Amino acid sequence: MLIDFFMHLKASRVPVSIKEFLALLEALQQHVIEHSLDDFYLLSRAILVKDETHFDKFDRAFGEYFKGVEALPGMDVLIPEDWLRDAVKKHLSDAERAKLEKLGWDKLMETFKQRLAEQKSRHSGGNKWIGTGGSSPFGHGGTHPEGIRLGGRSENRSAVKVWEKREFRNLDDSVEIGTRNIKVALRRLRRFAREGAAEELDLDGTIAGTARNAGWLDLKLRPERHNAVKVLLLLDIGGSMDDYIRICEELFSACRSEFKHLEYYYFHNCVYDFLWKDNRRRHTERIATHDVLHKYGSDYKLILVGDAAMSPYEILIPHGSVEYNNAEPGAVWLRRLVDTWPHAIWLNPEPEHSWAYRQSTTLIHNLLGGRMFPLTLDGLARGMQLLSK
Amino acid sequence: MRFAGSENYVATRDLTLAVNAAITLQRPLLIKGEPGTGKTMLAEEVAAALGLPLFEWHVKSTTKAQQGLYEYDAVSRLRDSQLGEARVADIGSYIVKGVLWQAFESPTTSVVLIDEIDKADIEFPNDLLRELDRMEFFVYETRQNVRARHRPVVFITSNNEKELPDAFLRRCFFHYIKFPDKETMTRIIDVHFPGLKPALLREALEVFFELREVPGLKKKPSTSELLDWLKLLLAEDIPPEALRSQDRKVVIPPLHGALLKNEQDVHLFERLIFMARQNR
Repeated sequence: MLIDFFMHLKASRVPVSIKEFLALLEALQQHVIEHSLDDFYLLSRAILVKDETHFDKFDRAFGEYFKGVEALPGMDVLIPEDWLRDAVKKHLSDAERAKLEKLGWDKLMETFKQRLAEQKSRHSGGNKWIGTGGSSPFGHGGTHPEGIRLGGRSENRSAVKVWEKREFRNLDDSVEIGTRNIKVALRRLRRFAREGAAEELDLDGTIAGTARNAGWLDLKLRPERHNAVKVLLLLDIGGSMDDYIRICEELFSACRSEFKHLEYYYFHNCVYDFLWKDNRRRHTERIATHDVLHKYGSDYKLILVGDAAMSPYEILIPHGSVEYNNAEPGAVWLRRLVDTWPHAIWLNPEPEHSWAYRQSTTLIHNLLGGRMFPLTLDGLARGMQLLSK
Repeated sequence: MRFAGSENYVATRDLTLAVNAAITLQRPLLIKGEPGTGKTMLAEEVAAALGLPLFEWHVKSTTKAQQGLYEYDAVSRLRDSQLGEARVADIGSYIVKGVLWQAFESPTTSVVLIDEIDKADIEFPNDLLRELDRMEFFVYETRQNVRARHRPVVFITSNNEKELPDAFLRRCFFHYIKFPDKETMTRIIDVHFPGLKPALLREALEVFFELREVPGLKKKPSTSELLDWLKLLLAEDIPPEALRSQDRKVVIPPLHGALLKNEQDVHLFERLIFMARQNR
């Protein structure tokens, strides 16, 4: 009973275990719910899914499995905004885009809806292409379809709509991250060690010491445990990174509160002879990269943040930098960094699937031995896992 | 035993279903959700609605799993021994019962709240696996096995600061309290401020949900902040008209300090309003 459903969830990569599945069957046996698909959806979600980041996956899998039970809804579902935006981009030709100003938004949406309907009938149940790439917003000046709700919302929503709506999409861990989430991911890197002044009562030591003293109290203290991970953060700044300033800020502020030993420097596009700490005085107050290389021991973890988008010459050729004449190519400097700090990763704010299309990204990817991760919660978690090994 | 919301607590359909499933199958229920959506209140309200005693265990970063079971106060025993007290001989008098032990001993079924489990050390949930699964534990000092007379209903809240181990999650049911929609919010406010003028409520909700839509807010105002704000509006006796102006975009809601808790957010909000004025 329901084994197909269970296998379908498993195949859709929803992390479910047999124990939980048995619990679901037990709940059905004990009549926790009546015979209603809505309730079954809620119950199975409460029992089988243990993390809201998996809700979206579960919704999709549930929708696919029970597709035959109720017909798919039409246009009256809430379409995720960024998907809508991307879809608009996809469906409009350049000429149509040019017509946008003349047409006005309402008219455009009409056309778009028609197209969408066509598209839907061609890919049956085709919401798999939801959330594809593309970062530049379509159009500007407040006309973009922020939170557009197509059609009315009925009081009694049928169950299919609940999971078809995919409300938990933004909790999926492959999408955007906030400071708080970053902190959670960075916390993987915590390593506790006892260092510094003795200030915590060592109970076991005290008892042993007292016993050795034939009963006279002998208090023993030991240093408190604290986070002993040391992090060196190098941030790409300016140029193509301007789009990602906010996400980098969040990463940075999360790093600051999470690590006691955090050093940071900025660079532009690729690391060369100099780094700097204050971007406004980057030409006057800069530090030789050699000094940085010698200053911090190999126990530091190196985290480079940058989009690795530049011309390949900047990495491969001497004097290739866009800023000044560098005697040695960026690749030499990067190799030096990786040699000094073997625990190094590169975080890239660009989506992972686009890396292969940039020569410079591929180059840096190889220079770092494949240790490049997207700046998403999932990527950050993978990176931290690697660093903490 | 079935929970269906209470006088002071509006429970949505999915929440009551999760709670009832947890009660019927006697599994712990893990609750997550935005801050201020009533995670901690749920346990209190379930206990009150079902008439069961409530045992609360508030977890801090220094909390050890052992403390929920019992603690052996070795230091005071050591001190007593140096003073030559008589009770030193009985180790049992230095065993301090924890929250779970108290709940296990309760003559009726009880409700246990383990609040903010993610604050504790990463190993904390793993140390409670057997205790929550079998509802029993062993006291080494007195060679005694403590078993629950009635399996308590366990609520665990988390703010998502740490990932919980899979083995622990598999033993729980899970519910994510999502932010209430306008209709549920009206019901929640009804429960808290029964006599609120409909006009004021409507205006206040409009302002509130609009504020939540402002892009880039660091901390979006939540239910508890809305309730605080309404309390202030009532106390100051602010008329509904004050919340509305010709152009809704240009009005700063009165007493907005109750809704926006963050300096940057207030700045951002004021800047947006300034821009809206210029565009007029």
